[in-house]
Amino acid sequence: MEVNKKAYEAYVKEVTPVNKKLPNIIKAFLVGGIICTIGQICTTLIMNQGVEKDTASAWTTLILIAASVILTGLNIYPKITKFGGAGALVPITGFANSVVAPAVEFKAEGQVFGIGCKIFTIAGPVILYGILSSWILGVIAYVLKAFGIV
Amino acid sequence: MQVGKASIKFEEPPVIESMASIVGKKEGEGPLGKLFDVVEQDDMFGADTWEKAESALQKQTADLAIEKGDVRKKDIRYLFAGDLLGQLIATSFGTVDLEIPLFGLFGACSTMGEALNLGSMTVAAGYADKVMAMASSHFATAEKQFRFPLGYGSQRPSSSSWTVTGCGAVILTKHRKEGIAAITGITTGRMVDMGIKDSMNMGAAMAPAAFHTIQQNFDDFNVDENYYDKIITGDLGQVGRTILLDFMKNKGHDLETIHTDCGIEIFDPDSQDTHAGGSGCGCAASTLCSYILPKIKDGTWKRVLFVPTGALLSTVSFNEGETIPGIAHGVMIEHIDN
Amino acid sequence: MEFVKAFLVGGAICAVVQVVMDNTKLMPGRIMVLLVVIGSILGALGIYQPFSDWAGAGATVPLLGFGNSLWKGVLKSMGEDGFLGVFKGGFTASAVGISGALIFGYLGSIIFKPKMKS
Repeated sequence: MEVNKKAYEAYVKEVTPVNKKLPNIIKAFLVGGIICTIGQICTTLIMNQGVEKDTASAWTTLILIAASVILTGLNIYPKITKFGGAGALVPITGFANSVVAPAVEFKAEGQVFGIGCKIFTIAGPVILYGILSSWILGVIAYVLKAFGIV
Repeated sequence: MQVGKASIKFEEPPVIESMASIVGKKEGEGPLGKLFDVVEQDDMFGADTWEKAESALQKQTADLAIEKGDVRKKDIRYLFAGDLLGQLIATSFGTVDLEIPLFGLFGACSTMGEALNLGSMTVAAGYADKVMAMASSHFATAEKQFRFPLGYGSQRPSSSSWTVTGCGAVILTKHRKEGIAAITGITTGRMVDMGIKDSMNMGAAMAPAAFHTIQQNFDDFNVDENYYDKIITGDLGQVGRTILLDFMKNKGHDLETIHTDCGIEIFDPDSQDTHAGGSGCGCAASTLCSYILPKIKDGTWKRVLFVPTGALLSTVSFNEGETIPGIAHGVMIEHIDN
Repeated sequence: MEFVKAFLVGGAICAVVQVVMDNTKLMPGRIMVLLVVIGSILGALGIYQPFSDWAGAGATVPLLGFGNSLWKGVLKSMGEDGFLGVFKGGFTASAVGISGALIFGYLGSIIFKPKMKS
């Protein structure tokens, strides 16, 4: 082929239309903002019952997850993500969506190898690297503390 | 007769005597909607899993091609068929009841071209009086296997394509004076890898392969774009078309008016939100059997170069950081004058 | 006021991530991993918690907050159980989120059927 691969890559970049950036950012802002506001409303309402903040946050997390699962089941959450992009991906509801979506999809392949394995396909890495990174940071903090540095 | 490096010219061209196309709801709502034999409103095709749905789709399409051609099933000596799924499960389960000796093919979205290449060779060589060529894809099975579960939300870039839920089947028969169209020659594509890694831009991965096959066809038969009324690629989409036309122009061929692409024809990107166009084996196959062949039959187009294109990647190769090589198979289809 | 803060901060975080996604072609799975890891690093650096106290749900609802709470859990358990706590804290702190997602996710898979995109 007369065009080399590097030149082709640059050429492809040139002819491939890019997503409209500004509208996408605005939509992400709106959707993400709305989801977080709903979260804040939940937290505030629960705290008004005399519950302390961390517990109220935990309840909020549960409520948002449950809502996301239902919206995914009703095929609404994918539409929200399609519109809002990162706005629907970044909040905890996006994480819940990534758990329930493969579980529903792979149900046909059985309880263990279908739902059981595939429920972690997207969320598994999040859990693994979240736990791993916080562990590494914990080890560093532990060592620093042992040497009296912090 | 062998011609050039990668082509065959059939002295007694096999004839397409029957064709059938069945598609899903979304395809039925597209610009070609009225042309398909059947638009199935149930995305599950009466089955309880997506994979069974695609198998049912193949079975129904094969049955319809047999029925429309008024052919006896036992007269079809070989079946050349394929789909996009791992180990070709849509084909293997879908064609069990047909009881026709099967060659299962994987050419990604180019499968219909591969099936027509092999089918017409087999018929022209006298090894079969009748064969069937068929290819299918289903949006849900493809999405599930190659991308994300359907319920998972994501934004698709504008270069991405939409896998067609559809199947097309043709019955080829040995040379005779009547039929839908004749296959006068083939140009078999080779792997072309230009180092594209973006699985959301398949058009860019496949366009060089389409270019290579079309150029090879011109060289082997010593013709150029003026020889054809249409050159129709499989599923390059808008991005791939732009690249193909640019490449051809560099070689002095202007394909602007005679080129079209099944992926571009099958959906309306503005109202159907399909971005660059349709893709999947079912895209080229169902478009061939609903839009292209009838136009050749009625003489609107006398001579067409049909070039289904395929991007040969798997989730394994993709995750291991491999590039996406492409392939394209050329089939020369001509009007039959009665 | 707290609602406005949550809206603006949460929206801003999502908008920044959208910019990253559109410019890097990173798949959503990688984005989620990155957010959680960055969240726990920002937590360990002592940045995220004050920010979170100020921004409320705008900081806790995004996955960055999930990362921060993993770190908070590690720190807390480390105080109680020493080195063993480093292994314990992450899951303790994220228990509600992970269990909630898994349990509701499972229940969802029992109730709902796969649906076609249009």
